[in-house]
Amino acid sequence: MSELLQVEGLKTHFQTESGLVRAVDGVDLSVNEGEVLGLVGESGSGKTITALSLIRLVSPPGKIVAGRVMFGGQDLLQASEREMVQLRGDRISMVFQQPKASLNPVRRVGAQIAELFIHHRGASRRAAMNQAVELLARVGIPAPERKALAYPHELSGGQAQRVMIAMALALKPRLLIADEPTTALDVTIQAQILDLLRELCRDTGTAMILVTHDLGVIAQTADRVSVMYAGQIVEERPVARLFDDPRHPYTRALLASMPVQGRVAPRLGAIPGSVPPPGRMPAACRFAPRCAVRAERNMTICTHEMPALYPVEGGVSRCWCDAPAEATT
Amino acid sequence: MTLADPRELAAADLGTALDEVPAGPPRGGFRAALRRLWRHRSGKIGGGLVALIVFCAIFAPWLTPYDPLKLDMIDRLQPPSWSHWLGTDELGRDLLTRVIYGTRYMLLVSCVATAIGATGGILLGLLASAGGKWTDMAVMRIVDIMLAFPYILLLLAIIAILGPSLVTALVAVGVASMPGYARLVRGEALSVRESEYVEAMRVLGAGNWRITFGTVLPNIASPLVIYTSYTMPLAVLSAAALSFLGLGAQPPLPEWGAMLVQSRSFLRTASWVVAAPGFAIFFAILGLNLLGNALRDVLDPKART
Repeated sequence: MSELLQVEGLKTHFQTESGLVRAVDGVDLSVNEGEVLGLVGESGSGKTITALSLIRLVSPPGKIVAGRVMFGGQDLLQASEREMVQLRGDRISMVFQQPKASLNPVRRVGAQIAELFIHHRGASRRAAMNQAVELLARVGIPAPERKALAYPHELSGGQAQRVMIAMALALKPRLLIADEPTTALDVTIQAQILDLLRELCRDTGTAMILVTHDLGVIAQTADRVSVMYAGQIVEERPVARLFDDPRHPYTRALLASMPVQGRVAPRLGAIPGSVPPPGRMPAACRFAPRCAVRAERNMTICTHEMPALYPVEGGVSRCWCDAPAEATT
Repeated sequence: MTLADPRELAAADLGTALDEVPAGPPRGGFRAALRRLWRHRSGKIGGGLVALIVFCAIFAPWLTPYDPLKLDMIDRLQPPSWSHWLGTDELGRDLLTRVIYGTRYMLLVSCVATAIGATGGILLGLLASAGGKWTDMAVMRIVDIMLAFPYILLLLAIIAILGPSLVTALVAVGVASMPGYARLVRGEALSVRESEYVEAMRVLGAGNWRITFGTVLPNIASPLVIYTSYTMPLAVLSAAALSFLGLGAQPPLPEWGAMLVQSRSFLRTASWVVAAPGFAIFFAILGLNLLGNALRDVLDPKART
């Protein structure tokens, strides 16, 4: 599998009144052709900002201050705004968390889909409309000819998300970024939407970055997982390995906090403390203050030096426990 | 957790869809809005008055046997009678005829001046909201300066530059209403631009131009229609005031403001001469205002519920 997207040292900072917030602080990611990469982390860990940074849509005061986003042999952070406008929707596309809020309330959904064909492909109005109806059928909207004439408020949440997916995949992009695509939906519909996303991506050969805080969603959908904590990647592994043998203490704690069907746990594990506030980010390992392993082994290096990403089985982990012996000395 | 058959998916989705579909469309179409307007009481009265004005303006020559400009020195200052329902003025012209023809000027003023103001103001507001920080700064400071001038003074200043005539009055009233539009549009547009559907459009490769005119403008249509319903009567009143000051329509045009100023010296001896254009202005403004209130109730989602 060849590499489609490579992100190196991406940093997106926000200059706020209370100081500089390093929302994304040196993120490395890679996505292969046709692969599903899960990007997990709790709220505020910088997942969404990372996703928006990839397509350069971080709104002020946010600013991408460093890094490279290599896509199709081009560094997107160096591309002109014009090139980005052409690329968005066409080669990289995105699906959002709030499907009903993401559709223009005053235009019929069919016209909104058709617009993509008209503007990116120069299709005629009639041809574009036909393609839009076809797409609606493809994403499982019943009576697509009729629904194409509906306004967004006439759709359910699940249908709206199907329409968003249709729009995002209309031009067969190489990469789809799905930012919490199922969070706002009913549990029963979540699974359908995830299946639909995966199926369509497989059919069009589109790679996907699935941003979520829900490990269940990751387990069901992703091939590989990157775990984010406080603006950094802390572990990156193939999905099976991550769930069987998590390496980073944060990942372990996350998994322990998840209920498992069939196992009766007296209490779900909770991670003590909370994500450090942006202004008081530890200079060394960001998870150190909450880390059970550090406390148990009484490791001093964790609070003094920032660990790098060290190779572990199948991937990398940002933990001094996984550092080769020579690095810790 | 998995349902494989896409038809099953669709059916399941539709099931919840039926539960979620809101009762009564929150925005609905144009026709639904018209129907609500018709059911609205002041909408009916205001709409009726405005419709009457439009009717008079179109069919003026068929509604009256007289010529609005032809002098008749024998029938000067006649009180209302069966042959002259509203009487005649100091030059023997039938007042009802002049009032009826006056609707044409009133409509001209309200439509053209408002169109000038709305177009200019909307463009300025969109420019401020879509352009960068500095464009926004520049445009809005100009708007602030214009708003800092007293309204009538601004009108007089524009007329002083262009010279008094009906056309000048139209332009002046239009230009003077631009800053209000610009401010409204900028504010509304900025809030729409923050919405998720604009973000989604950006993600799908829409440029600033398409977002501004294709998405932002249609989404701020409601407040714009409501605001227009407020500026229209103001435009009519301003234009009448300008004519009264001799800076707008010039005699012998049967413009209501101009009619008022010509006959005001006969107020004590022949009050009908002043009453005719005066009441005409009054009812026109009343009609526009009632219609405007009704429009606000019908279109403003916040005012309803």
